[in-house]
Amino acid sequence: MLIYGVANNTYHKNENIGWSVPNYWDAVALALIVAIFAVLGWTAMQMATPYNVGQAIPISLSPRSLPVYAMRTVLRMFIALFCSLIFTFVFGAVAAKNKKAERIIIPLIDVLQSIPVLSFLSISVAGFILLFRGSLLGPECAAIFAIFTSQVWNMTLSFYQSVKSVPKDLREVTAIYQLSSWQKFWRLEVPYAMPGLLWNMMMSMSGSWFFVVASEAISVANQHINLPGIGSYIAVAIAHADKTAIYYAIGAMLIVILLYDQLLFRPLVQWSEKFKFDEVLDERISRSWVVNLFQRTRVLRQVSVLFYLLFDKFVNINYLLKRHSSFFQHHLRGRQDPGADKKKNLKYFFVKWKIIPLLGDLIVFALFVMLLFYLWHFLVDFVTWHDVARTFVLGSVTALRVLVLIFLCSLIWVPVGVWIGFRPRLTEFIQPIIQFLAAFPANLVFPIVALWIVKYKLDVNIWTSPLMVLGTQWYILFNVIAGASAIPEEVRLVSKNLGVKGFVKWRRLILPAIMPFFVTGAITAAGGAWNASILAEAINWGNIKLNAVGLGAYITHYTRVGNFPHVILGTAVMCLFVLVINRILWRPLYNLAIERFKVN
Amino acid sequence: MEKKPLIVVENVNKSFKKSDRQDHLVLNELNLSLYSGEIVALLGKSGSGKSTLLRIIGGLVKPTSGRVLHHDQELIGPAPGLAMVFQSFALMPWITVLQNVELGLEAQGVPKQERRNRALKAIDIVGLDGFESAYPKELSGGMRQRVGLARALVVDPEILLMDEPFSALDVLTADNLRGDLIDLWQSENTNIKNIVIVTHNIEEAVLLADRIIVFGESPKNIRAELKVDVAHPRNEDDAKFRKLVDHIYTLMTMPDSETIDFGYKIIDIGYRLPDVQASEITGFMDMMTEYKGAKVDLPELADEFTMGVDDLFPIIEALQILRFVHVSHGDIQLSQAGKLFADADILKRKKVFASHLIKHVPLARHIRRVLDERHGQRASEERFLRELEDYLSEDAAERVLETVIDWGRYAEVFAYDYNNGQLSLENPD
Ligand SMILES: Nc1ncnc2c1ncn2[C@@H]1O[C@H](COP(=O)(O)OP(=O)(O)O)[C@@H](O)[C@H]1O
Ligand SMILES: [Mg+2]
Repeated sequence: MLIYGVANNTYHKNENIGWSVPNYWDAVALALIVAIFAVLGWTAMQMATPYNVGQAIPISLSPRSLPVYAMRTVLRMFIALFCSLIFTFVFGAVAAKNKKAERIIIPLIDVLQSIPVLSFLSISVAGFILLFRGSLLGPECAAIFAIFTSQVWNMTLSFYQSVKSVPKDLREVTAIYQLSSWQKFWRLEVPYAMPGLLWNMMMSMSGSWFFVVASEAISVANQHINLPGIGSYIAVAIAHADKTAIYYAIGAMLIVILLYDQLLFRPLVQWSEKFKFDEVLDERISRSWVVNLFQRTRVLRQVSVLFYLLFDKFVNINYLLKRHSSFFQHHLRGRQDPGADKKKNLKYFFVKWKIIPLLGDLIVFALFVMLLFYLWHFLVDFVTWHDVARTFVLGSVTALRVLVLIFLCSLIWVPVGVWIGFRPRLTEFIQPIIQFLAAFPANLVFPIVALWIVKYKLDVNIWTSPLMVLGTQWYILFNVIAGASAIPEEVRLVSKNLGVKGFVKWRRLILPAIMPFFVTGAITAAGGAWNASILAEAINWGNIKLNAVGLGAYITHYTRVGNFPHVILGTAVMCLFVLVINRILWRPLYNLAIERFKVN
Repeated sequence: MEKKPLIVVENVNKSFKKSDRQDHLVLNELNLSLYSGEIVALLGKSGSGKSTLLRIIGGLVKPTSGRVLHHDQELIGPAPGLAMVFQSFALMPWITVLQNVELGLEAQGVPKQERRNRALKAIDIVGLDGFESAYPKELSGGMRQRVGLARALVVDPEILLMDEPFSALDVLTADNLRGDLIDLWQSENTNIKNIVIVTHNIEEAVLLADRIIVFGESPKNIRAELKVDVAHPRNEDDAKFRKLVDHIYTLMTMPDSETIDFGYKIIDIGYRLPDVQASEITGFMDMMTEYKGAKVDLPELADEFTMGVDDLFPIIEALQILRFVHVSHGDIQLSQAGKLFADADILKRKKVFASHLIKHVPLARHIRRVLDERHGQRASEERFLRELEDYLSEDAAERVLETVIDWGRYAEVFAYDYNNGQLSLENPD
């Protein structure tokens, strides 16, 4: 996508000029590109080194090893992000276009995005290690998979929603001029979804730091696998109670975040400006020095023309043109060759008898039954009813924590968010800061809290709780700001003229406008808190081990000792809690917000 | 001369779901043929279903029943040879003018070089030379619509469908583009055989079309059909031109026969009141006083007040409902009550308005009655909204209630508290 953009920005000005002499900026840009690729390539090669379970991977706490660790961590994150993007394009698009698929995919993603990813880590690790026996690729894939599952859902949902809300007239344009689905996808839907998708990718990158720290240092069945990376570095530092190392890790993270922000996201954000519909030309369009650099180069800009042409070929792949998909072209029937006609009939047969949809239903149903059966088979020998009852009690404790914390956070962040959202300049300034705060993995603060708890003899059950929302509270703030700044200026002015103030203003103007945004944020925050409970309810610092009462601590404990039936039980119960709370609390609240609090 | 039609619309019905129980019939048993060599204008008030018909012809919308034949073949989706120009221009903001124009050729799999050449030629035809590499955001409205036109021309269409192509433009730009469209039509540069243009602008229809179809709401969508036998370029001050415009005004302001009562409109509680504020009504009546109750020609009035049909007709409809004016044969005249209202001072005006509101607008009467009967003499707007939604879509219900509340507040028939959405009989202050 980047390629397409860079090319698009510039191709007209130089397309017909011959190849020119490289200039100074070409050298700089080329050096930049080569450096990035060399580092990425070298790092990627490290991923596939031989490895056997039980073998210890030494993690050095020397700051000199941090650059390499940082590279490996970032590479994992970007591989996961790339997979997320592919997943998003496929499933987001299918869900937006096919009613039947939509009915399966969207609820499924809804479920998947709220289940505790971390507790699946131990299960998936076992699978991947089996798959890539004797290679480090197994644990690598498991870690990437965990990061992927933390990144992908909001991206897919955002893309799906964008594709659903493509303006009707643009859709009609592609229909009347008969673009194929493929062309429509690249010419209309992807560009239209781009700003939102990019925003969500950035959020996903931020959010996934938390999982990086958790998924690189895997403790399964008394085995410790430490994949070289910042996450493992932090885990080892915690185990050794090494404060300086923690500071180094934080420093390294800061630099990494800054780097990928500058080298990748800034240019992308600047590029995505052109996909926005706003008529007003914004003076404050974010500038990026990387883009500036490339715009000064001579030869490289011409290379970008090449990329543009490639993209053009890609969009217009001959076979994917509409006239080749006979199914859609009934009115050309007379001109078609008989083979195509036969193919059409076959397809028609399937559609007519609803065989494809029926098959889909059957497959989903069968999978579901198999899963239940498998689960049951797995659990029944190892788990007693007593255990089940216990997990439910523990689940209730954790649920109480989550709800109380979300409530407390809302009390703080809703007024703050509204206050900020009403001030556009402040919003502009503050959003990147919040983004960094969201990226900052809360797990790094855990040791400090552990120290305090021990030092001041605090109650573990209460004081570990705030850790659960440390990382996810920002979603509430984010969304409230977005909601508040979406209130049109005129509406605010009108209410000012009418003298609407204080409580009435909140009830009539502010709450209605931010309610849907707030609920979205709260759902995300609550989901994150459940996830975090797995780490936050059981924190360590050197020899200090603090365990709170809760389902998260339960899952962590059984993961460490390698008792899978209990891990699965705990996970299943946690999923159940999350889903039930979503159904009986958040969903109705959301519907209410949409229905009742509509701004006129 | 019996010519074969290019497009035949046969017994087309189209309805949209309004609520779970109700359907909203937009097009009713519609028949229409389009022939080679004519520009056809679909002229009517907004919401009458013109765009829907155009989209059915374009294959973008499926009729609920009936069919469209294109060269004797039933149309199932968008067909080659049909191109459309949109009111909103509908350009993709993320690609350049050139790429926007190339879009239709990409779909046909035209090789890159040829694509480019043909697109450049189309851009040349619409007079946008030199703007190929601009982005739509950088262009003015008129230029954007030229891009829309070039995008249509480049696929070499036989039939050009235009949905209010000039109504988002200022008067001068629109004039300009109309002229260019006629030039294009008369030149040998294209293979366009038929243009269908949707509009709510009477002058525009008479200026461009060879055949005007006066469109109204179902059940009778095609109110009238007129031929315009005037050679291009047409002159707006020409007597024949003026007479046609007059005639169409008459056709368009004629109330439907079922709701007519001595030239007034009778409405029920769920009637979709026009979106007109009380201040607009009083303003209009102020302007009417200078005619002292004489009959006035509507086109002349529109000209005098510099109002478009879109502004004028809703106000006139409101005045007809309130029985302040008579409308017949394209002429408007103050009624007795209208004269009284026009000459009165502010307080008296409110009284007259109030009595007519209660008498002739059932919804206002209903609200007043409910408030009178209520113990605290108050009720929430929600309540009435729910009632209205039995008749109207959610959107329309909200708008109608807003209108009636505005009228009621003006007339001091009831009061409304913005802060809690309560209607009451208190004196507002
Ligand atoms: N997709 C749709 N869904 C529901 N109602 C629609 C839809 N499209 C049009 N309508 C309704 O059909 C009526 C006619 O619309 P339209 O054809 O746009 O009228 P016009 O172009 O004459 O203004 C309107 O009342 C409108 O609300
Ligand atoms: Mg329309």
